[in-house]
Amino acid sequence: MQSAISISLSSPSPIPRSCPRSLRFCGLRKEAFCPDASPGATSLRLTTLNLRYQHSNLNAVFAALKGNGAASSNGFDYDLVIIGAGVGGHGAALHAVEKGLKTAIIEGDVVGGTCVNRGCVPSKALLAVSGRMRDLQNEQHMKSFGLQVAAAGYDRQKVADHANNLASKIRGNLTNSMKALGVDILTGFGTILGPQKLKFGKGDSGDKIITAKDIIVATGSVPLVPKGIEVDGKTVITSDHALKLEFVPQWIAIVGSGYIGLEFSDVYTALGSEVTFVEALDQIMPGFDPEIGKLAQRVLVNPRKIDSYTGVFASKITPAKDGKPVQIELIDAKTKEPKETLEVDAALIATGRAPFTKGLGLENINVQTQRGFVPVDERMRVIDTNGKLVPHLYCIGDANGKMMLAHAASAQGISVVEQVTGNDHVLNHLSIPAACFTHPEISMVGLTEPQARERAEKEGFEVSIAKTSFKANTKALAENEGEGMAKLIYRPDNGEILGVHIFGLHAADLIHEASNAIAMGTRIQDIKFAVHAHPTLSEVLDELFKSAKVKLSASKTVAEPVPV
Amino acid sequence: MASLSFSSSVSSSTPFLRPSAFLLSSRSARLPLVRAKIREIFMPALSSTMTEGKIVSWVKSEGDVLSKGEPVVVVESDKADMDVETFYDGILAAIVVNEGETAPVGAAIGLLAETEAEIAEARAKAAAQSPAAPPPVVEEPAPVAPKAEAPAPVAAATPGKLVATPFAKKLAKQHKVDISKLVGTGPFGRVTPEDVEKAAGIAPAPKANVSPAAAPVSPAAASPPKTAASYPEIPGAKVVPFTTMQAAVSRNMIESLAVPTFRVGYPIATDALDALYKKVKAKGVTMTALLAKAAAMALVQHPEVNATCKDGKSFTYNSSVNIAVAVAMDDGLITPVLQDADKLDLYLLSKKWKELVEKARAKQLQPQEYNSGTFTLSNLGMFGVDRFDAILPPGQGAIMAVGASKPTVVADKEGFFTVKNQMLVNVTADHRIIYGADLAAFLQTFAKIVQNPESLTM
Repeated sequence: MQSAISISLSSPSPIPRSCPRSLRFCGLRKEAFCPDASPGATSLRLTTLNLRYQHSNLNAVFAALKGNGAASSNGFDYDLVIIGAGVGGHGAALHAVEKGLKTAIIEGDVVGGTCVNRGCVPSKALLAVSGRMRDLQNEQHMKSFGLQVAAAGYDRQKVADHANNLASKIRGNLTNSMKALGVDILTGFGTILGPQKLKFGKGDSGDKIITAKDIIVATGSVPLVPKGIEVDGKTVITSDHALKLEFVPQWIAIVGSGYIGLEFSDVYTALGSEVTFVEALDQIMPGFDPEIGKLAQRVLVNPRKIDSYTGVFASKITPAKDGKPVQIELIDAKTKEPKETLEVDAALIATGRAPFTKGLGLENINVQTQRGFVPVDERMRVIDTNGKLVPHLYCIGDANGKMMLAHAASAQGISVVEQVTGNDHVLNHLSIPAACFTHPEISMVGLTEPQARERAEKEGFEVSIAKTSFKANTKALAENEGEGMAKLIYRPDNGEILGVHIFGLHAADLIHEASNAIAMGTRIQDIKFAVHAHPTLSEVLDELFKSAKVKLSASKTVAEPVPV
Repeated sequence: MASLSFSSSVSSSTPFLRPSAFLLSSRSARLPLVRAKIREIFMPALSSTMTEGKIVSWVKSEGDVLSKGEPVVVVESDKADMDVETFYDGILAAIVVNEGETAPVGAAIGLLAETEAEIAEARAKAAAQSPAAPPPVVEEPAPVAPKAEAPAPVAAATPGKLVATPFAKKLAKQHKVDISKLVGTGPFGRVTPEDVEKAAGIAPAPKANVSPAAAPVSPAAASPPKTAASYPEIPGAKVVPFTTMQAAVSRNMIESLAVPTFRVGYPIATDALDALYKKVKAKGVTMTALLAKAAAMALVQHPEVNATCKDGKSFTYNSSVNIAVAVAMDDGLITPVLQDADKLDLYLLSKKWKELVEKARAKQLQPQEYNSGTFTLSNLGMFGVDRFDAILPPGQGAIMAVGASKPTVVADKEGFFTVKNQMLVNVTADHRIIYGADLAAFLQTFAKIVQNPESLTM
């Protein structure tokens, strides 16, 4: 990440807390490497990545002097032990080694956790297949290009293999990257025995006990199966089973219409199934910005072989047996009266994910989980039952429930490592983008319009919206994918970006310009001068920024990001 | 590329970009309305070149209260989707043009009533205005095989409960079919999209709607199959439901049972034809093309054999001679048509035939390329079959079944034996329009052409 800076120091010393006046790095301000010099201002709310980099430069130097993996001077077995080698744990581990911490990671199942083995990776493989299938089968689309495609077909086993092979490959890459850096991968189930003490193993007498200066809990989550639903792994499945693609049902009911359910509906309809959504709230796709949700419904649901039941719970699901299909009993979400019984070939439960925190031994340090989630503050520090912070214990990723996304977990992990190596860091969750990989894709960062308006009411500022359609974008039209829109929610008084939502081709890749801007605190009046290559889809965002009306004029040139 | 983006802020009350503004207000103000209190919401012109627009979605539903300036409907233009606002307060009484439908610019897409009392009036007006929706097609007299022929569902659905797949429901809505009246043929008795398409009278996949010619030889006895015939179950049997194409073939065969047919056979010496074939083979000519051309030339001289009996009481003499030739594919059967076979020369005909076969194999035949035949040719000679009876395809007068050309011992007038290549040709014809003598004469002409094939190359 950072280039190593070599300097000569008079004497090697542990991480400095005072301000070394003799050191001058190009352009670094004094405040940048004196974290404790002015406790009130810079050391606390470091919401921009700018400062993080400036700090890390300094610490990397000292880390090089200490040596990776050298025995910690504090008498612990490890400086940092991470429980769980998923995306969160992996991100934290890599950063910790970079900072010179002696790190170990405990994994009881497979390296890579949910993301690599049962989540992001195989699902994207399946979505890649479904995207192409959909394209090839869309005769009208092909004809509009002048193309003739013979009937496209697929081999289910080979599709499943593509997903499995990819998962194995990424799992191998993750393991190797950690091994190569000298992270100790400890196999077994991790349990906290007391402050800075844990054990790992099969949970029997053969368990080993280790001590660590800091512990990060990154045990992730599992699919949530509401009561009344009997999962048999064959006809009533969760995402774990679905990603193995053992069979493609003719008609599948998907319980839950959030992004997981939506992505699966994309996969199954492309492979020839019909889908029925069962959603507890009053509309499908409840988590998205309403305008985007409406357009998404028009493109992703209405023209496809999908129908939906909203405002209902699936109170009982019985797997298929004795020649009878899967039976799903629906009850009204509010009145709990029985409404209907669906008979389908398969049911996928996509009602959310539950944290995996049992058996962690949290009770040994007086921490109680709330609905399974580990309570933490904004710095990922664990809070015990008395409301006090537990020292040297952190929890990141799905296990704390703040933002159940893979990249949020690793960002949280990096934030924690920053803190334990002496640089305070608070992650700005509003700058973390999220994406749904349907075809076309949906992505978002920041607040939705209702959330923005609510905040505006409370804090007393105006909210403006800028919208643009993909139909106005040359590249999108060249691809005959003009179906899409992008929306910018901002403050017209100071040009702050509150939220950006995109629905269209490559939305998941396009969002980062906006999420970067939010992370850096860049204002619209400055970013509108940034140049975008033509013809590219990124001009969709360029359109948004250029059409926004901000009362302030550009404060600085684009080259210098605005410090906050 | 012109860019279109919208920006609306909470504070300002007059939004940008309102090209529809003038159109809407001027039209609704000047047109004398029948009932003064019911206003029409018009399809706006969103650009100077727009002639019709598509309704993307209705923001408000029937019965909602509208206030001036509120967006009511989203209309798609060639550039973007635009919100169309109402100029009047009132209640959205009726939606005339639904989501996904198009309407010309200026046409009424919705009706706005000023008070609740006028809602009923407005609805009645809407019903009268909307284009006559096709009457719900439930039981249709269309020439679709009787529903009873559908295989009995494996495990019938709970009686009184309708289970229909999502796509079936969508199609039913689209084609205005009453889904509750349908019997499901899918697994567990559910109503499938194919069931709905059948009820709506839509032919399923185009390839399937084909008149198969060389159907597997069915015994001449044509007793209509008993519908719920209980056959003894043989253990180990596998039940595979018909594909759409196979279902179409089955339907057509059953239809043909209603036609009175007779058959006439003719032996034809093919030595001369074989010699000609050897000569022109190098130029890409196939035996199929040769036979098709011969048949076409014979049909020109016997137009009654090129006719059809469409309604049971008249001759339909076809103006062109279109020879359909049966082609077997691994999952079915199709009959690409050589149009105007009499007018094309042999080489052109062969080329056309090659193209058609390729298209057929790639499942890309257009409807007019497989259902415009006036006479069908079917050849099973490549299997060694000497003669067979073909079943008459619906909509045609005659079909010719051609067997293999085999060396046969023939006696001539003088009583001498020789061995000649002989093929047996058998024509099945509709006796309502083609009589015995006509058919025999046609075959005589055909035989003459084949036995003196120089005329084929002309």
